[in-house]
Order: sequence, then C-alpha cells, then structure tokens
Amino acid sequence: MAANTKETGKEPLFHIVKRTDLPMWKSWLIRIGAVVASLIICAVIIILLTGDNPIQIYGTMVKGAVGSPRRIWALLQGVAMLLCIALAVTPAFKMRFWNIGAEGQVLMGGLGATACMILFGKTLPAPLVLVLVIVVSIICGAVWGLIPAIFKAFWNTNETLFTLMMNYIAIQIVSYFTYIWSSNKGNNVINTINVDTHAGWLELPPSIDKYGYMLNVIIVGALTVLMYFYLKYSKQGYEISVVGESENTAKYAGINVKKVIIRTMIISGALCGVAGMLLVSGTDHTITPNTAGGRGFTAIMVSWLAKFNPLFMVLTSLLIVFMQKGAQEISTVFGLNNSFSDIITGIIIFFIIGSEFFINYSIKFRAKEVEAK
Amino acid sequence: MKRIIAVLLAVVFVCGALAACGGNNANTSKATADETKAAKTDFKAGFIFLHDENSTYDLNFINAAKAACENLGVECIIKTNVPESNECKDAALDLADQGCGLVFADSFGHEDFMIAAAKEFPKVQFCHATGTKAHTEKLDNYHNAFASIYEGRYLAGVAAGMKLNQMIEEGKIKAEEAKIGYVGAYTYAEVVSGYTSFFLGARSICPSATMEVQFTGSWYDETLEKEAATTLINNKCVLLSQHADSMGAPTACEDAGIPDVSYNGSTLSSCPNTFIVSSRIDWTPYMELAIKAAMNGEKIDADWTGTLATQSVALTEVNDKAAAPGTADKIAEVKKGLEDGSIHVFDTASFTVDGKKLDSYKADVDTDADYTPDTEVIADGYFHESEYRSAPYFDLRIDGIKLLNEKY
Repeated sequence: MAANTKETGKEPLFHIVKRTDLPMWKSWLIRIGAVVASLIICAVIIILLTGDNPIQIYGTMVKGAVGSPRRIWALLQGVAMLLCIALAVTPAFKMRFWNIGAEGQVLMGGLGATACMILFGKTLPAPLVLVLVIVVSIICGAVWGLIPAIFKAFWNTNETLFTLMMNYIAIQIVSYFTYIWSSNKGNNVINTINVDTHAGWLELPPSIDKYGYMLNVIIVGALTVLMYFYLKYSKQGYEISVVGESENTAKYAGINVKKVIIRTMIISGALCGVAGMLLVSGTDHTITPNTAGGRGFTAIMVSWLAKFNPLFMVLTSLLIVFMQKGAQEISTVFGLNNSFSDIITGIIIFFIIGSEFFINYSIKFRAKEVEAK
Repeated sequence: MKRIIAVLLAVVFVCGALAACGGNNANTSKATADETKAAKTDFKAGFIFLHDENSTYDLNFINAAKAACENLGVECIIKTNVPESNECKDAALDLADQGCGLVFADSFGHEDFMIAAAKEFPKVQFCHATGTKAHTEKLDNYHNAFASIYEGRYLAGVAAGMKLNQMIEEGKIKAEEAKIGYVGAYTYAEVVSGYTSFFLGARSICPSATMEVQFTGSWYDETLEKEAATTLINNKCVLLSQHADSMGAPTACEDAGIPDVSYNGSTLSSCPNTFIVSSRIDWTPYMELAIKAAMNGEKIDADWTGTLATQSVALTEVNDKAAAPGTADKIAEVKKGLEDGSIHVFDTASFTVDGKKLDSYKADVDTDADYTPDTEVIADGYFHESEYRSAPYFDLRIDGIKLLNEKY
C-alpha cells in the first residue's frame, strides 16, 4: 500500500501479510473497536459542524430507534424488510451472480400483490384473495429474477447491468399502474386497497398484534433460519458455493451450472417477491414506485457486511435500520438535515468495512535495526 | 462462535433496553418541567412532511408550521422525509404518543395513513392538506384543507398577460405568437385547475394568448422539469410557468432568458433576470386556526378552503426587472375584483370546451374507484371551484390550451 520502495536495497517501512489464524474473539474486538472509533470521530465532526453535544445526539438516536414500544416495533419491521431482501440476494451473491436487481424484483412482487387485491378484492372471498396475493407476488418476483438468469446462463450476458436495468423497467411499470389505478383521476396515488373488507391483507387480529408488524417479523425470522440451513447444510447450498468458487470446478464435479444459476435466481427473485408481498399486503396496502425505498440496494451492503451469513445479517440489518431510525429522530429534535445523519451513518459503516481489513491482514513493520541503519 | 454472537446480542439488547429506559426517564422529567412552567403552552403540534426544505413545496409548509407555532407559543415537532407508506401512519401515531394534540401532514399520498391514525387516536386532531376524503369519511377528528389557489394563479396569470402585451408592443413577438408554456406534474385536477386559472388570467389581459402544457409525471424531478421547460422553449413558448416542486423550470428559463411566473414561493435569488412573480398558499392562517381549535376543544371544519380574504392565497413581490411596467397595480385592481365578486376565475363566459360554452358540469367531488361525476358545479354563470370540498376538482380541458402529453 503505502510502502516506500524507492530507496533500493531497503526493506519497506511496513508490509501487509494475509492472516488466517485470528481467533474469533480478537476479530470481534477489532470490530467493536472500529465502531467505538467511528463514534469518537463522529462526535468530533458533530462538535465541529453543529456545536451540539454528541452524547445528546447519540442518546436521541437510541431514543428514536427504541424509545417506545411503537418505535421498537417499527424498528423490527424495518429490520425484517431489509433482512428479507438481504436474504434474497445472498444465494445469488454466494454464487458470484451480482444480483443488484432486488429493488425491481421487490416492486414486481409488490405489484403482483397489488393487482390481486385490486382485481379480485371485490369478487373473490378474502382468504382466496390472500392465497392469490401470496402466489402471484412470489411468481412475479421470481420471473423478474429469472429473466437475467436465463440470459446469463445461456448467453453469458453481464448480470450486473442486466439486473440494474430491470430495476428501472420495474419502476416504470409500477408508475404506469399507479396511473391506471389512481384513486383520484390522474394523480398517481392508489388509496388503501380493500380498506373495508381487508381482502388480501396479510395480518393478525389487532388483539394479538397491536402494532401490526408481528406477522412480518415472524415470517422473516423463519426465512432467516431456513436460509441459514439451506446455504450451509443442503446439497443445493453446497452447489451454490462451488459454482461461486469456480465454475470450472463445478463443471468437472458434474454440477449443471446453468441449472444452478437459474434455480438460484428463481429463489432470489421469489424471496424478493415475498418482501414485496410483505410490504404491500402486510404493511402499506398500496403501492408506489418508492415502495421498495432503496432497500434493494441497501440489502447488498447488509449481505456483504455479514459475509453472506444469514444469522449475521440480523445484526448488520439491525445496525443499519437502527442508524436510519435514530437519524430521523435527530433531524426532528435537533433540526439537522437528513444529510447530516447520512454523514454519520456513512462514517460508521466506513469504519466497520475498514475493520475487515485489519481482521484479514496484519501489518508487519520492518525490524528496528534496519530502521537504525 | 455462536456463544460470542449470543453474548453480543445480549449486550446489544441490554444497551438498547438501558438506553430506552434512560430515554423514557428523560422524557417524563421534561414533561413535568413543562407542566410546572405553564399549563396553557404545553400544547404540542406535530407535522409530517414528505420531503425536507430542499423541496419548494415542503419548505412552504415548514415555514408556515414554524411561524404558526411561534405565534401561538406551542411546541412544534417536525418530521421530514416521511414517505407515503405505512411509515406515515407510524409517524402520526408516534407524534400522538409524544402528546401532540394536533397532527398535520402535507402530501396527498399521506391521506389514508392519516385516516387510519385518526381512527386509533380519536382525541387527537388530524389535519391533512390537499386531501379529498374528509367530507366522506365523516370522522370528528380528521380534516382536509386547501386554499383557493386558483385565484392566486389567476393573478399570477395577469402578470403574465401584462408581460405578453409588453412583448407584443415592443415588436418582439406578433400577437399570434403569444404562446405560454407550462410544466405540470400530473394530469390531476389540482394541476388542471392551476394551469387553467393561470391561462384565463393571462388571456384576460392578452386576448391572443395560447398555451402548451408538458407533464413530467412526477411532483419533484429536477431533470425532467428542466427538460420539459426546454422542450416548451424550443416550441417557441415566450413565457413559462410551472406546477412541480423543483427549481428545474425556473432555472431553465433563467438559462434561456425566458420570463417565468413561479409557484410555491419566490425564485428571485436564483433567477434574478427572468422571475416575474410567484403565487403560493400561505398555510400559516390555517395551521393557527386548527391549532387554536384543537387547544380549546373546538370543532375544525371537515373541509377548510383558505382564500384571498383569509390571507391563505399570497403573491410574492413583483420583480420589476422582469415584469412589465404597471404589473403590481394591475394585480391589485384584479384582486379587488376577485374579492368583491365582480370577477370569477372560472366564469363560463370566458372559456369554451370543444367550442361550446358550458351551462352545466358534474365534477368528481366524492372519491370513488370509477371517478363518477357526482356534483353539479356550474351555477350563476361560473364554475364553483373548491366549494364542495377544499381540494380542487376543476378538470375540464378548455379551448386554447394544448396538452403535449397526456399519459400521466
């Protein structure tokens, strides 16, 4: 990196060595240290830029995220939605298939749910509508993931660009349908669908679930455990890792790479479809082009930060949603613009990503006697 | 490894729990301190805004909220960047949890989430700007508000007509080239009512005026608005106005040297050479009225329409550098006519639809899925805008205005 090799014959000041032997507790110590360091840096920036007390700001962030039962449930809902999408992109990432189309896959899933609720809400019985909502949204998400997978498997197209562009197509399709189904002519807002009958709503009775997010959290919790076992212990999960490590190895081992790519992307898209269904049928009961709200991209970070381990993703998505909820509260209490909280979030995430470097590599300084010469 | 995760999780939750308790304690001690100070000023008003102060639309609301709360000495809690999703309901209920006696939201798509929140907190008043459903929902604590902004647009149109006349007199354009360009968001009644009243104001001064409208399909998209404005300028529009919330159209006008009649507030600082005047809704009077009513337990109207008389419809100062001479005087004269009822913006004698004068028209005032026309709105020789509900419902396509794209 910054090694100085200009002076010939001299060992550089320091060099970087890959390490593999770091015990678990040490690596976590480094991570926690990074978070603490980032909080200190943020505190300095807060004082320099705003003159506010950083301890108060941090306190407000915590209060904003978990300050009341309602806020805790809103936090859990936020974590569940982000986590669900992170779970969805993970099998694809493990396969080195860069699915950055989760935003679009979620929207298409949500659109499928919306369509069923609007078109069948008044003609079919409510339980049947809900079944249709679930099936159709999963199919819609899966199809949106399948299209780039087919192109990748048979013609080796670049999946990064392909999935990215599919996002914009999905956003336009959703805009089109919000126009078609506008509740007031031409203003592109769909009012709460089936507000009287609740047809197609995924919900528990309010007596059990006062804040309305319990079912979403339970479903995503179950999916997290399932995904953990799928990736770690199933044959298909193993095939995914092999294809990710090396396609040629996979071929020699007799794995049908095309099949694995297509199957994995169907799973990835289907899970995004579930996320879209949870957002539309389980939460908002309407759709806008902003329903996914950028989670399709944030989920990539969640998955990477957790090194594709579904259980760690609980932590990383909690961290990110906690920061977002806290940030909203500091903009309310301190009148600071949301961009300011983005700065703080950015610094903290930068430190966390940076800490991975020190976990994977150690820095060896050149020996003292060389220095003395 | 799993043990470490377990320990970490435990630490996180303990920290969270401690922090939550700490937070709650701080909260209650603050509340008691306020109670001892004064019993009357412990009222809190909560506000939910779609964007933050970078949007001209939301800035207009934020300024009004701060002014109203300061005038009345009540605490003001503002939540910005609240999307049109269940997060709006969470935000509204969170404000109610914090003890707000009134919660206000500013974006159309917030409406159903506000209604849901209103049903959960019957003792808190929920007010929603631009919404259409308060008069059919019939909740005691849910209210819509808007203003007769079509009157403000009409006056801004007068300034535009004056400018067109000046250009014709100076020989810069021929009378038949007096074409106005208009950047609109959606083909929604609020926008249609806005551009039509603006056009009628301009044509009342410059009879040869025509207009082209380009829609962007978004309330806030700087690039699209700039592109739409440029398209209109290339179509030989000699004056522009807009109904979308970014600086896209005004800056495109400044770049091209085309005069612009703005909206939501003054764009003079960015566009010193082309800004003529801007109309806007001043929300302060309504917010004050609603907060006062909520404090005293009085009833708030299901639909409230601000007018010139309530000072809810406001015009900025005229920029003499861009406007035609005498504009301010002419605006004052027409304003008087609007106030005393001698001028009606949507006078059926001043416009035709498909070449015909209208005697009767049913508008879609009550929201339903099929946009069923339900209310007769033409009487006494004019279209009664914003009388049967506060949000505009004028959606006629009148002669003289050409829509370049209708797909939004």
